Amino acid sequence: MKSNRLQQLFIPVLAVLLGMIAGSIVMLASGYNPIAGFSALVYGAFGDTYYIGETIRQTTPYILTGLAVAFAFRTGLFNIGVEGQLIVGWLAAVWVGVSFDLPKIVHLPLAILAAAAAGALWGLLPGVLKAYLKVHEVIITIMMNYIALHVTNAIIRSVLSDEGFKSDPVKPSASLQSEFFGAITHHSTMHYGIFIAIAAAFIMWFLLERTTKGFELRAVGFNQHASQYAGMNVRANIILAMVISGAFAGVAGAMEGLGTFGNISTKAGFTGLGFDGIAVALIGGNNAFGILLSALLFGALKVGALEMPSSAGVPTELVDIIIALIIFFVASSYMIRWLLSRGQKGAE
Amino acid sequence: MSVYDVLQTIIPTAIFFAAPLIFTALGGVFSERSGVVNIGLEGLMTIGAFVGIVFNLTFADRLGAWTPWLALVAAVIVGAVFSLLHAVASVTFRADQVVSGVAINFLALGLSLFLVKKMYGKGQTDQIQVGFDKMDVPVLSDIPIIGPLLFSNAYVPSYIAIALAFVSWYVIYKTPFGLRLRAVGEHPMAADTMGINVAKMRYIAVMISGALGGLGGAVYATIISRDFSHATISGQGFMALAAMIFGKWHPVGAMGAALFFGLAQSLSIVGQTIPLLKNVPTVYLLIAPYVLTILALAGFIGRAEAPKAAGTPYIKGKR
Repeated sequence: MKSNRLQQLFIPVLAVLLGMIAGSIVMLASGYNPIAGFSALVYGAFGDTYYIGETIRQTTPYILTGLAVAFAFRTGLFNIGVEGQLIVGWLAAVWVGVSFDLPKIVHLPLAILAAAAAGALWGLLPGVLKAYLKVHEVIITIMMNYIALHVTNAIIRSVLSDEGFKSDPVKPSASLQSEFFGAITHHSTMHYGIFIAIAAAFIMWFLLERTTKGFELRAVGFNQHASQYAGMNVRANIILAMVISGAFAGVAGAMEGLGTFGNISTKAGFTGLGFDGIAVALIGGNNAFGILLSALLFGALKVGALEMPSSAGVPTELVDIIIALIIFFVASSYMIRWLLSRGQKGAE
Repeated sequence: MSVYDVLQTIIPTAIFFAAPLIFTALGGVFSERSGVVNIGLEGLMTIGAFVGIVFNLTFADRLGAWTPWLALVAAVIVGAVFSLLHAVASVTFRADQVVSGVAINFLALGLSLFLVKKMYGKGQTDQIQVGFDKMDVPVLSDIPIIGPLLFSNAYVPSYIAIALAFVSWYVIYKTPFGLRLRAVGEHPMAADTMGINVAKMRYIAVMISGALGGLGGAVYATIISRDFSHATISGQGFMALAAMIFGKWHPVGAMGAALFFGLAQSLSIVGQTIPLLKNVPTVYLLIAPYVLTILALAGFIGRAEAPKAAGTPYIKGKR
């Protein structure tokens, strides 16, 4: 059991290391200096209070999308629709944020709850189809992503603006933006959302590990037949799992809408936050605490990458290559385990 | 505007948009029929589009009119090789096929943009100068009414795509290879018992999907976008995946679905010029393929069922 725990920790770390090594090889092969590249990356992520603020700002939605993917994984589902749930959450948060004039203590929670509800709603359909018709959630959620993208664009154009491409800024009473954080981080876009993200991680841990419902959700993900036999309502649990996962994703959208951007613009393509959440969840071992760390890692990679072109001449896309390879290595953990067991046998 | 004029606006555009989807969806059919889920179609198209454009820009001076054809060949080869990653991860290393497919999508976009910036010093390539010529199909284009609609003034790859759907049908349903492919995807253990090499069949199938995905991407880039940037392939791969499902994992069905989705796309673009459709918000046309796919999967439009073993790695000796 103990060595199993250790392996769980070891595989993500090894995958990250292998990803970095592969990234260095790519840089070497294309004539860049990997040391300069990675120095720029680290400087761009942590070298200055401004960069630290930006890294934390990027980490915020990653925590939530990571939690969304992980929550689904833990309950036996693959929610690849986090991206779409995030977009509708973003829209709902901004919609509430611009349409009401309320005291902050009501307005801000209302906007965030609206985002969670929108994300949950977007997760409901795949959940229902999975529970009642056994339709695989992966395909449905992918389709729901595109529907979310086009529908929100249409709403932004026709309802939230006058045939324009972005909404008004949200009212200050619904904003997460922080003068305080701005002041201590040289006007970075860091906002109060990070506290919500950390609270969400705690909620997920508590829900899954310390409540009866959480046990049921995990049990259904693990073995539907045994759960059914034990008297659990399998269908209700599948639907609930997708809805909660979608709610986390929706809140991630609220972070962008109320915090980072303060509005919503039409999008030609996806934000990538939801898809990156898959990587965050995998590296974080689908565990709430692990996700906080892996979200910080990916936040740092994404923000640090922006420094790479100017100081080391390396295109920012190098980081996307590294992230992709990390996913490959985690996914292929069978290979790593096999190599480890070979190594152990050799040592004996 | 008469109905015929409307059709003459819509149908050639639909075929024009459908061709890349047909190629890629056929690739998906091969892969999934062998039991390997391929979410990576989007990434394979991205790689194909990248190779198609870069090859074209690099060799257009020397190869002249042959350039786009050879660019397609290059995209097919690179696509097949690139898909090996997915095959290795999901067949040999027993990785979660969906996760591996997601990684393929990330890697394809990251790598191709990285290389574009490295080679051209900017995020977008130049426009290609040598493309495909439009042509009329001899004899068939002289048929009254349907000749001008279906067989005139279109690009050759579109016809190849449609022909390939029937070739794929023949290969999958009428040859020993196809029988083995389907056996491996439905019940790998039974296939293994009968002496079929499951891993080999799955490798071949994934590489075919890589080749066809690459071809689809290159056709899209050469005919429609004519350059390569981060937004060149944005969702066409997933739409091809949708077409494959809507076509119920059948090559001809996938082609039909792709043509239909091409029609939806063409309506969302040329719809504004058609009186009847002018008042339909384009959003309905844009989401139509995805909504229809969900309906198909939910069983409202006949039952769409995946090959039984799709998504599960085959482990010898495990029941």
